[in-house]
Amino acid sequence: MPVVLDAVRIGRTLTRIAHEILERHVTPGGPGDIVRLAFVGIRTRGVPIARRLASAIHEINGQEIPTGALDITLYRDDLMRHAVGPQPVIRRTEIPFSIDDKRILLVDDVLYTGRTIRAALDALIDFGRPKAIQLIVLVDRGHRELPIKADYVGKNLPTSLSQSVQVHLTEIDGRDDVEIQDA
Amino acid sequence: MKRLLKGGRLVDPANGRDGVFDLLVDGDRIARVGRDLHVDGAVAVVEIPSGLVVCPGLIDMHVHLREPGQEHKETVATGTAAAVAGGFTAVACMPNTSPVNDNAGVTEYILKKAAEANLARVYPIGAVSRGQAGEQLAEIGELRQAGCVAITDDGRPVATAMLMRRALEYAGMFGMPVIEHCEEQTLKGDGVAHEGFHASALGLRGIPGQAESIMALRDIALAELTGGAVHVAHMSARQTLDAVRWGKSRGARVTCEVTPHHFVLTDEMLRAPIAYDTNVKMNPPLRDAADRDAMLAGIADGSVDAIATDHAPHHYDEKRVEFDHAPFGITGLETAVSLCFDRLVHAGVISVSRLVELLSVNPARILQVTGGSLAEGAPADISILAPDLAVTVSAATMRSKSRNTPFDGWTLRGGVAATIVGGRAVYVNEAVGLQV
Amino acid sequence: MKKDLLGIGDLTRDEIYLILDTAEAMREIGQRPIKKVPTLRGKTVVNLFYEPSTRTRTSFEIAEKRLSADTLNIAVAASSVLKGETLADTAMNIEAMAPDVIVLRHASSGACHLLSRICKSRVINAGDGMHEHPTQALLDAFTIREHKKRIDGLNVTIVGDLLHSRVLRSNVLLLTQLGADVCVCGPSTLVPIGIERLGVRVSTRVDEAVRDADVIMMLRIQQERMHGAFFPSVREYFNTFGMTPARVARAKPDVIIMHPGPMNRGIEISSEVADGPYSVILEQVANGVSVRMAVLYLLAGGVEGD
Repeated sequence: MPVVLDAVRIGRTLTRIAHEILERHVTPGGPGDIVRLAFVGIRTRGVPIARRLASAIHEINGQEIPTGALDITLYRDDLMRHAVGPQPVIRRTEIPFSIDDKRILLVDDVLYTGRTIRAALDALIDFGRPKAIQLIVLVDRGHRELPIKADYVGKNLPTSLSQSVQVHLTEIDGRDDVEIQDA
Repeated sequence: MKRLLKGGRLVDPANGRDGVFDLLVDGDRIARVGRDLHVDGAVAVVEIPSGLVVCPGLIDMHVHLREPGQEHKETVATGTAAAVAGGFTAVACMPNTSPVNDNAGVTEYILKKAAEANLARVYPIGAVSRGQAGEQLAEIGELRQAGCVAITDDGRPVATAMLMRRALEYAGMFGMPVIEHCEEQTLKGDGVAHEGFHASALGLRGIPGQAESIMALRDIALAELTGGAVHVAHMSARQTLDAVRWGKSRGARVTCEVTPHHFVLTDEMLRAPIAYDTNVKMNPPLRDAADRDAMLAGIADGSVDAIATDHAPHHYDEKRVEFDHAPFGITGLETAVSLCFDRLVHAGVISVSRLVELLSVNPARILQVTGGSLAEGAPADISILAPDLAVTVSAATMRSKSRNTPFDGWTLRGGVAATIVGGRAVYVNEAVGLQV
Repeated sequence: MKKDLLGIGDLTRDEIYLILDTAEAMREIGQRPIKKVPTLRGKTVVNLFYEPSTRTRTSFEIAEKRLSADTLNIAVAASSVLKGETLADTAMNIEAMAPDVIVLRHASSGACHLLSRICKSRVINAGDGMHEHPTQALLDAFTIREHKKRIDGLNVTIVGDLLHSRVLRSNVLLLTQLGADVCVCGPSTLVPIGIERLGVRVSTRVDEAVRDADVIMMLRIQQERMHGAFFPSVREYFNTFGMTPARVARAKPDVIIMHPGPMNRGIEISSEVADGPYSVILEQVANGVSVRMAVLYLLAGGVEGD
């Protein structure tokens, strides 16, 4: 199972993305749109990534960017199509701020078919009317089934359909790495 | 026309026989019984394979034929067809028809239908009270003359002690027993199942065993008072059995019957295999294991006099409702013999001889009808049974019009080979293939 | 999970916890500005109520609508029953319109079992006769867990008409499954035979039964029971079994008082207790929606393949 990103590379990648976010949202002469930024991490692994990005930005320029967690299970388009088996477990959604007028940075670990992001967009619209939504992913593995594109990508990883991409994060798995596994 | 039933195991406790004997039928009578009979003249010889049992015709003394008035459930024709398929040469039918059998007209109608069907003999049981309303005595003398062999208000108890006393005295004049559905009605209330853990857990209103025994005690005391004969129908509770034993020990003229479902099933059936199965709802209800075991003990030790099915057919639609609303009762004619062999004889509870007493000798004696015996000169009512026949109960192929049985799909050991009434073979089981 | 929810008796410990945990997540939806998720969009849920009920039916309806299901309410008047249409016929007629879920409340124990045998739709028991009311027990457990953080080891006392109560049976099954210590209390005339076999203590003295209780659950008493000679009068019932502040004081200081509703103030519970600081009765009502959303979500998935 080859590790394609190790802990060091992940750290550097997230730092790079944090800088990119700041670049795109600081206007000369003032804080600009940064004050309207907010992270929403998609459960499960999008959440620690979002928190790390928020913390990185805080380190760089002292800005506190609010962070929320979104569970998209109830918005999935494949919920009622499981032939057998129990429903997926739902976890709590916690967005402790209004998203109206905010520039939402949606964060997920792997971008694949794009259906998770579609579900997340539907969910966010039910919470309010953001000014804009941008997408940050740690890994883009291709094979989109919907017209979804990430605005910030940690690493492009071309894969075949028979492979699976496993992201591990210390907050959840006890280690940081990204592995590709063959079926 | 003479017919020789040759070489079968004859079980005839009334005449002290249990062994290999030949039996000669001439016309509608039993002509001779003996070993290695030689017969002159034209005679059809039927070799009885070993393993079968030849016994006096079985008599089911508690059957609901539903005619007149409820022909959608059963008729005399379909009921007697079910009876002979079940090995019974005679049935006694209950009066809770519409109209109630409380007068000669209804009795004669039933007998006419029985004659037309020409299968099992039918002994009508008349009502104790007019309309079974529990107020005035029915015209019992007239009923007797028309052909009734006993009286009952079955479906209910005789309403008051005073009326039961009069019934015992009056019916006693004609030598008729009073058959009693023992139930203290205020204790029964609107109960639908045995009052016990299972009914509690399932949220069903319960009927305690004492609802039955209290009434049995009343009736036994009255039988003692009057010298009349009371027969406890469909006994289910161990307390009732104790009451019957007490009554007999005091010399009261009390007899009792138990249905096969009460010595086979318990109230566990309420929850499994089918929860709230209305084919498990009857009155008296299935009780707990201690009651079921008490019935088996009574059958073994002689305290129980007869086995009767309380065959209570109900239409499919009537049973396909909420448990509370379903009518009480299950069929029984076509499952009785198999259940008796499987759960009594093969289980080692009783001998075949005792079984014949319970299903033939004693019912005949209690109802004072001919039967229960293979004596020379007796009517040729003969049941040929197959104690080792593998039987799978199939409600769909039963001859009864109704299908309300909890035994559908059961595999049992024991069945019927043939049924002969008045010398005629009215039923032959193709699975056994006896050429009778 | 299985096709239907007919009773707590059919649920495992894990399934109970799954429902409670899912209800937690569902609760959050009720706090959003748009209280809706598309999860059951295009699914049809029929609320078939043979007994009148405002509280339970409204709760189910709100739950169904929050999950974007199409809801149909059928209140069967006594007259339809008298006209002779059987439950079986009603069920088959409804089934012909292919609902995904039928929520049934009925006066006969076991009615849901009959419906489940006839219909392919999922069946949720909203109360059948004296048998079970599983979603009530689940929302009660949810409420208890909210306040006490756990269920196992708690002293729970249930007081009232034990014999006729479906809420009792469901709660006893659930609480004993999750390890609570349950004491049931009521007049001897209203104690179901064999109830101890469900693993509960039985008492006919409420003052003793509530001692050191963590949870006191009151059951509704029907005044018509006087006619069955179950107890002589409501006055005597209140004196002997009514929940008063004095009795509540014998429980633990952080006791919670519960009632499935609707309450008979002054018969089984005094107003001071019902409206007092220990009462969580209104929370139970609110939690009913979350719990029913969880049940609908968990049942209405998994489709024709199984």
